[in-house]
Amino acid sequence: MLKRIRRVLALFCFTLLTLLLLDVSGVLHHWLGWLAKVQLLPALLAMNVGVVLALCVLTLVFGRIYCSVICPLGVMQDGFAWLGRRRKKNRYSWSPEKRWLRYGLLGGMIVALATGVNIVVALLAPYSAYGRIVGSLVRPMYARVNNGLALLAERVDSYAFYEVDVWLKSLPTLVVAAATLVVLAWLAWRNGRTYCNTVCPVGTLLSLLARFSWFKVRIDNDRCVTCGLCAKNCKASCIDFKNHRVDYSRCVACGDCIEKCNKQAIRYTPAMRHKVSCPSETEAQSPDASRRAFLAVSALSATAALAQEGKKVDGGLAVVEQKVAPVRQTPVTPPGSLSASNMAKHCTACQLCVSTCPNDVLRPSSDLSTFMQPTSSFEHGFCRPECVKCSEVCPTGAIRPITRAEKTSIQAGHAVWIKKNCVPLTDERECGNCARHCPVGAITMVPIDENDENSLHVPAVNEARCIGCGACEHVCPASPLSAIIVEGHEVHRTI
Amino acid sequence: MGKNNNINRRRFLKLLGAGSVVTAATFSGCKPKAMEAPEEEYKHQVEPPKGKMTYRRNPKTNEDVSLLGYGMMRLPTTDGAAARESDAPIDQEQVNRLVDYAIEHGVNYFDTSPAYCKGMSEHATGIALSRHPRNSYYIATKLSNFSEDTWSKQASIEMFNNSLKELQVDYIDYYLLHNIGMGGMEFFETRYENNGILDWLVEQRKAGRIRNLGFSYHGDIEVFDYLLSMHDEYHWDFVQIELNYLDWHYADEINPRNVDAEYLYGELQKRGIPSVIMEPLLGGRLSNVPQYIAARMKGRDPEHSVASWAFRYAGSPEGVLTVLSGMTYMEHLKDNLLSYSPLRPVSEDDKSFLEQVAKELVNMETIPCNDCKYCMPCPYGVDIPGIFVHYNKCKNAGSLPVDPEQEDYARYRREYLIGLDRSVPRIRQANHCIACGQCKPHCPQNIDIPRELHQIDMYVERLKQSREL
Repeated sequence: MLKRIRRVLALFCFTLLTLLLLDVSGVLHHWLGWLAKVQLLPALLAMNVGVVLALCVLTLVFGRIYCSVICPLGVMQDGFAWLGRRRKKNRYSWSPEKRWLRYGLLGGMIVALATGVNIVVALLAPYSAYGRIVGSLVRPMYARVNNGLALLAERVDSYAFYEVDVWLKSLPTLVVAAATLVVLAWLAWRNGRTYCNTVCPVGTLLSLLARFSWFKVRIDNDRCVTCGLCAKNCKASCIDFKNHRVDYSRCVACGDCIEKCNKQAIRYTPAMRHKVSCPSETEAQSPDASRRAFLAVSALSATAALAQEGKKVDGGLAVVEQKVAPVRQTPVTPPGSLSASNMAKHCTACQLCVSTCPNDVLRPSSDLSTFMQPTSSFEHGFCRPECVKCSEVCPTGAIRPITRAEKTSIQAGHAVWIKKNCVPLTDERECGNCARHCPVGAITMVPIDENDENSLHVPAVNEARCIGCGACEHVCPASPLSAIIVEGHEVHRTI
Repeated sequence: MGKNNNINRRRFLKLLGAGSVVTAATFSGCKPKAMEAPEEEYKHQVEPPKGKMTYRRNPKTNEDVSLLGYGMMRLPTTDGAAARESDAPIDQEQVNRLVDYAIEHGVNYFDTSPAYCKGMSEHATGIALSRHPRNSYYIATKLSNFSEDTWSKQASIEMFNNSLKELQVDYIDYYLLHNIGMGGMEFFETRYENNGILDWLVEQRKAGRIRNLGFSYHGDIEVFDYLLSMHDEYHWDFVQIELNYLDWHYADEINPRNVDAEYLYGELQKRGIPSVIMEPLLGGRLSNVPQYIAARMKGRDPEHSVASWAFRYAGSPEGVLTVLSGMTYMEHLKDNLLSYSPLRPVSEDDKSFLEQVAKELVNMETIPCNDCKYCMPCPYGVDIPGIFVHYNKCKNAGSLPVDPEQEDYARYRREYLIGLDRSVPRIRQANHCIACGQCKPHCPQNIDIPRELHQIDMYVERLKQSREL
């Protein structure tokens, strides 16, 4: 019974959360966004007191059901373990707790959070690991299926599906996601929840509470015949059947043992006498980790926009060279992220914002200091004034919720003019496309020769009004590198 | 462009010349006046003069009706909103002030209904007007028997009598069958004919309790035509129609159920029936036009508001008795008074200007592109004909999203944007046109391609910002 309930709930949460991470329509987050927000580490980082308290209470009452129901990585591992058990029954056995590893990693995680070594946090955070697997590996396939449907829809003149761009947003992130998936699948296939009980810092953190939970899996010594069937089917390897003991710090209350026991010697029952003590839950909030962008300064190669002089009267399309992302001296973080350091401290690189961004602006960073955290660039689109989706979905408070109105006054960066690339100079044509598309009117076209009103006009950026949305960079006709490039600001300001 | 600049420059010089003459004249006169001149000019833009209101004569009663009629449907509430958008009670003190000010400045036509302001309009109107002599204003109200409970003759008579009571009068100057056309002939017959109330109203007119009998029309044209065909029997004294520079030609573009005002007004003129105009601003849309249109209007007439164009347009036809405006705030009232004190009728040139504005507002123009592709290839990769063809296709299919209030707007919007992405890759869409103008000389249709592309770009940008896909 317990197992059945657990499975239904787990599948429910898992499926919906996966859909949230896959969604290409941009509407699901409105209904499913809460599933990301109830994840423990994101809630802690967002200082979401309500959720953290609720999860504490949940664990104190029922044990680590968070790990077997709410955590998508846990449920995914259960899936792999189930496949493994189909090949070989009774494959698990009791093993003692690997304390040094568990607590070592939890300690490491706290230190990493405190010192801002976010690569460690990003790699260890279970929800984020799952988000990366779905976002980097599954979503491209999902999007292609969607695009296939869009093609079909187009044939029958339907607008139910529309095509979305599928492109490799970050190779390192893809590699990390693939490696995580392979390692976890292998571990789960062989030994069930090894990862959850030896590596996962969230599991270890919850185990501190789970020891004192009110409901527990209990062995009835009078009924137990010490057959060991429970231990052989315990994914968590936490039943020491010879001594009739269960390591509650590792038990995730999955109910498999209860179902397996043919003597009904195991039950999931409340304590008769209970003493609850709640260990302190708060993790140290760190002093500032200073952020440096230490990417090499690469010269901005000037490549003029193509301009074909010979005109054919029978049409044809000029080749448009794909834009490439410039190496920004200071990366641009999305409006709402407050500052590079707020982003670095809170983001666990779950990729939800990256998957959600309808304008293809966000992608995982390849910079080691902000590894896999979102960064903005404008080759595929720009940070549109009416869109605040990333701020709505972020579960960790790395991107705080903002309104459309607020967005237009948040300065996330400013535009820098690259004279060498500018079309009026390279092609000797009037342009002004950047000025025409600036949503805040920060760009004025001024004559190159200030004494000659009739000379060609080039953009003049008023940095004080620029919000760094990237519209100018996106629509700039120069490619592969635009003639106007957004330089990020470490601290966002309201102007 | 060049031509416009010239005109502006000429106008500017003219103004400057006139200004200096005035200044010179005043300087030679007395000093304080010279100091006042700019202040006077400022005052003339915001303070309507008294005694300058334009009036139109009602051919039946020979009474003069102010061209500005006060619509009592958006009266202010105590929380500063308009009554139908707020739950707060009507701010009677403010209503009194507005009415007093209007009467002081020559307004004498007040249009209300038992349905307006959540049913509170007649009461508030009655209070405000009863403070003035009965012969200083005309009251228009309506038989708003929309609900089934009020379909019976008895209930409708009760509604009429209640209007008299609420308005504190013993006769109504202008009485209307309210919103005929809604629900088609069947609904009309149910509300007015089968119950015999129309005959009763004609009797009341004979008895003098109704001085002018008319109807207001929206919707099904069949009812309008039917009632006019019965003119010999009912002798309509006036008819209230929707008229503005959009509805003149493009009413059906905005809403397929509507009929162009040109037809409605023409039919009334044929029979010598005066028109009362509602929706001169098309629900406020014509006072809040896109910035570039507002700029063009100000360019032609810098010292009058954007809304004044709509009022001048609606008030110019001689067959118009009065133009109704639902005014909530004092600045609305003052601005509208300025437009009609006195009316400066729109010239032929103004009309063609407004015609152009209307076209742009409804995105009426299809672009005369026939996809010959002589303009191509655009050196910057823009798919010029692809963009025009998609636009024209949606325009011709009648599925162009225009107004967020429009029925099916969300669906049209989605289809337009998805369809655009399907037919033209994003890197080849209008926002990548840099206006270099190399395409222009190649177009056999003389389309100003960069200008059209920029219009479409702005249109698409507005669509994108108006909602999420």
